[in-house]
Amino acid sequence: MKIAVLALQGAFLEHEKMLRNLGAEVVELRKKEDLEQDFDGLVLPGGESTVQGKLLEELAMFDILQQKIRQGLPVLATCAGLILLAEELSNDDKRYFRTLPVTVRRNAYGRQLGSFFYQGEIAGIGSFPMEFIRAPYIESVKDGVSVLAEVEERIVAVQYKNQIGLSFHPEVTGDCRIHEYFLKTIKKE
Amino acid sequence: MSKQYELNKELAQMLKGGVIMDVTTPEQAKIAEAAGACAVMALERIPADIRAAGGVSRMSDPEMIRGIQEAVSIPVMAKCRIGHFVEAQLLEAIEIDYIDESEVLSPADDVYHIDKTKFRVPFVCGAKDLGEALRRINEGASMIRTKGEPGTGDVVQAVRHMRMMNSAIAKISAMREDELFNEAKVLEVPYELVKYVHEQKRLPVVNFAAGGVATPADAALMMQLGAEGVFVGSGIFKSGNPEKRANAIVKAVTNFEDAAMIADLSRNLGEAMVGINEDEIELLMAERGK
Repeated sequence: MKIAVLALQGAFLEHEKMLRNLGAEVVELRKKEDLEQDFDGLVLPGGESTVQGKLLEELAMFDILQQKIRQGLPVLATCAGLILLAEELSNDDKRYFRTLPVTVRRNAYGRQLGSFFYQGEIAGIGSFPMEFIRAPYIESVKDGVSVLAEVEERIVAVQYKNQIGLSFHPEVTGDCRIHEYFLKTIKKE
Repeated sequence: MSKQYELNKELAQMLKGGVIMDVTTPEQAKIAEAAGACAVMALERIPADIRAAGGVSRMSDPEMIRGIQEAVSIPVMAKCRIGHFVEAQLLEAIEIDYIDESEVLSPADDVYHIDKTKFRVPFVCGAKDLGEALRRINEGASMIRTKGEPGTGDVVQAVRHMRMMNSAIAKISAMREDELFNEAKVLEVPYELVKYVHEQKRLPVVNFAAGGVATPADAALMMQLGAEGVFVGSGIFKSGNPEKRANAIVKAVTNFEDAAMIADLSRNLGEAMVGINEDEIELLMAERGK
């Protein structure tokens, strides 16, 4: 199984390591030519969504990836990745892929002093260590979106068809159960 | 290790593969963000001007920093003087995202660095070599950058510092375990940190390049030498076309191994910052705080 990791900016190496440990083949997406190969799943890592969104556009990768996601390419998106997928952002004029029918608030917990750790329940996975780093949360979801986790009444993990969106960063913990779950959903298809 | 320290190291991980740009006004901050900066460093004068002005250089006006915090959505960093823990307290009070305890400003203490473990807000510190880097990490820094030589536009020192750090890491990685105790003594750092480097073959925190980066090729050079991201200080807003240059440096950092793309990015960038050769400068900022 071949998983592509968007490697424009941010914590993409952490995802790659975790996926490789789980036996997946990993390729990096840094420019348009990297999109010519076939892959079975896509990871959108944490980082700065403004930087990633801009580079996707300027390196002419945006339309191709958006189309792949619309056509059902399985995606795991963390933090900035969630912002890229969101249909709406409540506190920003920018929009990116808009394939995940949720409204996301950027930097929803404030600056770095608002970053926090929480051990919480994720549906289908169990208790999970969640690292929130200048994190967004999901303000509202449309029909068909399943909420996988909430922290203090805020939605922090969702699944919609082929897309999983998380406010937090499983890739920086040693816990690979979410990545494992992601790979399993691909196998099923 | 405190949970906050973990979160602070992780914020640095999120900055990787990115460019952190020095800005002096909200307008420059917006240009930097639009050009793809992953964070900005708010300071009153960029290093080249600090160098030209001479005198004592201090933490920036909190009001000026607030203006920049309000102008952008990306993380905002600011500098305090080496050892000036009260400046650091003020920066924490105004909720800065990262403090740079920086040799670019005039040191406030010629012996002691700030005890960064006493803060919740993260710190980045400069280092010339592995010993300095591990000493700063032991004091609580959650991110390291090479010192380079700020405000010169001359990349030679950043290259030197990155190479020194890498070769020391390679040396420790290859050591027998019973040699690590002495290496800790030589580097004047705790054994646990040396052991970490031996096992992981890397620093325990993210390591960026800084000090003298002026062109897309400079940035890609530092990335190919192993930097995980790049700080650009004077190199952008002291150049002929800051917007275009900033854009080009951001893309060069993402595709640092694609020479054809970087050649394209380097076309018609306008004048680079004039720069001062390392032999022409009297003040070596990198010699501050060891």
